[in-house]
Amino acid sequence: MNGAADMGGMMGFGPVCPEGEDEPKFHAEWERRVFALTLAMGATGQWNLDMSRSARESLPPPEYLSKSYYGIWLAGLEKLMTERGLVTPEEIETGRSLQPPKPLPRILNVDAVATVLAKGGPTERETNTAARFKVGDRVRAKNMHPTSHTRLPRYVRGHEGVIELVHGAHVFPDSNALGQGEQPQWLYTVRFKGTELWGEAADPTLSVSVDAWESYLEPVA
Amino acid sequence: MSHDHNHHHDQHHHDHEHGEGTILSEVELRVRALETVLVEKGYVDPAALDALIETYETRVGPHNGARVVAKAWSDPAYRDWLLKDATAAIASLGYVGRQGEHMVAVENTSTVHNMVVCTLCSCYPWPVLGLPPVWYKSAPYRSRAVIDPRGVLKDFGIELPAGKQIKVWDSTAEVRYLVLPERPDGTEGWSEEDLAKLVTRDSMIGTGLPRQPAEVAR
Repeated sequence: MNGAADMGGMMGFGPVCPEGEDEPKFHAEWERRVFALTLAMGATGQWNLDMSRSARESLPPPEYLSKSYYGIWLAGLEKLMTERGLVTPEEIETGRSLQPPKPLPRILNVDAVATVLAKGGPTERETNTAARFKVGDRVRAKNMHPTSHTRLPRYVRGHEGVIELVHGAHVFPDSNALGQGEQPQWLYTVRFKGTELWGEAADPTLSVSVDAWESYLEPVA
Repeated sequence: MSHDHNHHHDQHHHDHEHGEGTILSEVELRVRALETVLVEKGYVDPAALDALIETYETRVGPHNGARVVAKAWSDPAYRDWLLKDATAAIASLGYVGRQGEHMVAVENTSTVHNMVVCTLCSCYPWPVLGLPPVWYKSAPYRSRAVIDPRGVLKDFGIELPAGKQIKVWDSTAEVRYLVLPERPDGTEGWSEEDLAKLVTRDSMIGTGLPRQPAEVAR
């Protein structure tokens, strides 16, 4: 969806403010808790990574833009859990469990943490389809505006680029976020010239590469 | 390099006072309430929460990536492997897993500078760099990195030569990018351990350059 998360090329946010190499990983205790709760609940398998990204980026733009990063994570986590009836808004308000828990097939126990993190969540899948594009092919990012989750940023839509890398078939976020299955597709890195994306005034030394699934792309003759 | 403006940390919003002089923000109270409910329901193991925090606060960080870079600077065969199959080359040093499942390393040269961003959220190679800094996840960086990377670099105090090519990598899938910075001059004969001291987090994102030899103690 064309939400507030899709920020590439927006203006007016001001300078980047680095805190230096020794910046703390968390800036408040509640950030630690939100981080850990999000990972632990994610490990229960009640939603996938694409669903959790979708929950965050579908926050109304004024809300998304006014929250801190872990504030967005918190809102996303609450949404994922309340949508599934794991907790109720009243329980979050009161801090008390008012309904019996839903049975979860998996809980992340302390003994499993290291193994689960080391395993991660690889998204490459076996495929018996042939890649439609090869390195060097010219492609255009489709001019498309799905109302649900997608990973094709607005700033490349309708623009021409060149296939730079071919990554194999990967889980397709647009379907996976909707609970419609992984539907793996070939994934490519596509390189765009800065002037193609941003016009004549762009930095002539700039190129921008994005990772794009096959159905995001069409061939350029 | 400290700036007070334009930060979005919720701890600045201490607008709710509670008894006994305790000041807890709305968000702190809400998170505490949520955690209480989830523990009470048995959805989360409190010890697992602590282990997750401990892992990313103390164990995983840019010192991992620095080891990868130092090895690539020292060992041409490893450099070639890293550029060809970063996932395997990085895994050979023990850095694997969440948010680093599919790695690509991109090499800075005298003519090319690479810079990594995630305009859509905050994708970042956790096993080699740890959790991303606040600025990486912030709107200023995510919005400007792809349209004005030279301007962004100026915010980091870096000015690249005018003719240098800038390649920005927007992490829009599950591929994670690591910048292999240029090895500083004057480091001939250095051990991997000493070379790793030159490698900064920002130099592996592409918003910084490695330290100069005179800046580190050997």
